[in-house]
Amino acid sequence: MSSLVIGMAKNKFLLNKIEQDFAPYKKILTTLGKSNPRIVVLGADLGNSTEIDEFKNRFPERFFNIGTAEANEINIAVGLAIEGEIPFVHSFGVFITRRVYEQICIQVAMQNINVKLVGTIPGLTSRLGPTHQAIDDLALMRTLPNMTVIDPADATEISQAIPLIAEHQGPVYIRMMRREVPKIFDSKKYQFQIGKAVQIQEGKDIAIITSGIMLNQALTATLKLEKKGIFPTLLHISTIKPIDKPAILKLAKKVKTIITIENHLITGSLGSTIAEIIAEKGFDITLVRMGLQNEFATPGTPDYLFKKYKLTDDNIVDKVISALKKLNNDKLKIKN
Amino acid sequence: MAKSVIELKKIARKIRVLIIKMLTEAGSGHPGGSLSIADIITALYFEIMNHDPKNPKWPQRDRFILSKGHCVPAQYAALALCGYFDEELLMTLRKFNSPLQGHPDMTRTTGLEISSGSLGQGLSVGCGMAIAGKYDQKDYRVYVAMGDGEIQEGQVWEAAMSAAHYKLDNLCAFIDYNKLQIDGKVEDIMNVSPLQSKWTAFGWNVLEIDGNNMEEILNACYKAKNTKDNPTVIIAHTTKGKGVSFMEGVVGFHGVAPTKEECEKALKELQEEVI
Repeated sequence: MSSLVIGMAKNKFLLNKIEQDFAPYKKILTTLGKSNPRIVVLGADLGNSTEIDEFKNRFPERFFNIGTAEANEINIAVGLAIEGEIPFVHSFGVFITRRVYEQICIQVAMQNINVKLVGTIPGLTSRLGPTHQAIDDLALMRTLPNMTVIDPADATEISQAIPLIAEHQGPVYIRMMRREVPKIFDSKKYQFQIGKAVQIQEGKDIAIITSGIMLNQALTATLKLEKKGIFPTLLHISTIKPIDKPAILKLAKKVKTIITIENHLITGSLGSTIAEIIAEKGFDITLVRMGLQNEFATPGTPDYLFKKYKLTDDNIVDKVISALKKLNNDKLKIKN
Repeated sequence: MAKSVIELKKIARKIRVLIIKMLTEAGSGHPGGSLSIADIITALYFEIMNHDPKNPKWPQRDRFILSKGHCVPAQYAALALCGYFDEELLMTLRKFNSPLQGHPDMTRTTGLEISSGSLGQGLSVGCGMAIAGKYDQKDYRVYVAMGDGEIQEGQVWEAAMSAAHYKLDNLCAFIDYNKLQIDGKVEDIMNVSPLQSKWTAFGWNVLEIDGNNMEEILNACYKAKNTKDNPTVIIAHTTKGKGVSFMEGVVGFHGVAPTKEECEKALKELQEEVI
């Protein structure tokens, strides 16, 4: 997780090396609050942990702590949104999706109500074990009609996505990283757009598709692969829904294997969406889905968890090499 | 212009007639709870609430949320009699493509503030609207009607806590306490009493009335309007199936429409009712 990738800047959108930004969400939410009095913020007793405390201090008249009552929190947000406010609703990713699925379905998605759901500490970035690890949040939100689902990669995407989410008419779920957040994209050159994928590297035969923070490991992996003379295509998708279908179809015409990498169960989010698209169009492509397989994770540090569940840069390198060998009937020779 | 109690009682009777006709025509629906809440809905739409049928989204209007969404035929009848839509539309209840479905859908029906049908969520949404009213410095009031079975949902009590916490004196809840739910008597299924002390403990101004008595409903609403700092709950003791003798207190009429014969008998009773 702490890898420092140097030499990324062959791609114009990327910084030359990965930087760290502290609490980008806290900053952008407060900035947005200044410019738009319609922004209201709801919390569920996790003010500091979801980085909404600064908004609370600046705009106490439109900050509402609902306590540990997430169902009530969602539906109070619905009432506020119906009256024209733009509520940003917070908790950990597990509680703001899984725990309140029906409230979101019936009162938010069904009526296309303008509620913004922000789920902190996504997937294996949570140390607290399976009760606190949102490994199915993207899948749950993706099944809801009218819902937009975003899994940002870095601080730049977070800072750029939040104002767009506020402007967007309709419900949105976004996963949120807190505290030290990697900064991968150059905010002067890159512009996040809802529903747009970004191609980081163009290669042939093999494509890596990432969502969320897995871009970090995938970038390190591509640099390691480069030293071996291997250049897979790298496509990053931060909007899980609506997904950038044209970008995926364009890529699918050129490659024989797609490897998806997600900080989530392999069911219901990135890997599944890609599977649906390539199957529906009849592409003869092998799909390898990296992510949490059919299991709940254990407690542990992110470094430990990403190793345990085989989601490191080296795991990606191994998957790309074994896919290449398969394509070449095991006759491929690779530099060490 | 203020209506007399006698006029309001006539309107409530007309709403009951329409409920029976609609449900018989539809062949399905929930007569028991629609009839028990008819007087409360009449009082709200024809006397208590500021609203404008010609301008359903008038920003200053009072909001009404029917959290016990299955009793929406009573609300549809009131909306039609107010002029939100044509009375003839009532006979399309539950038919394909009708704006009037079995549970309230704000995207289909003029005059509905929210959709409901899954119980226990309306009071939370009402809290949100009441908070917005205070933040936007608008002086509209928010009314939420719940069933007695409905308040078994835990979320109702989350909402109750938050309404008192945020001092939502612009919020008024009704509990249609008709003592019956689908599986039988509320007290046998999952007892919700004592209601008075529960809501008092949650920080609400509590009024307890005969919810089928027009004078008592009106008086309670006036008291609620004049209450500062606390939200008000009106525990309205009602009779399920009120107004139709063979439906009154009969659990079987929770979710079963009257037959044609039952309809005729019910209409005869309602039309003969002496005020």
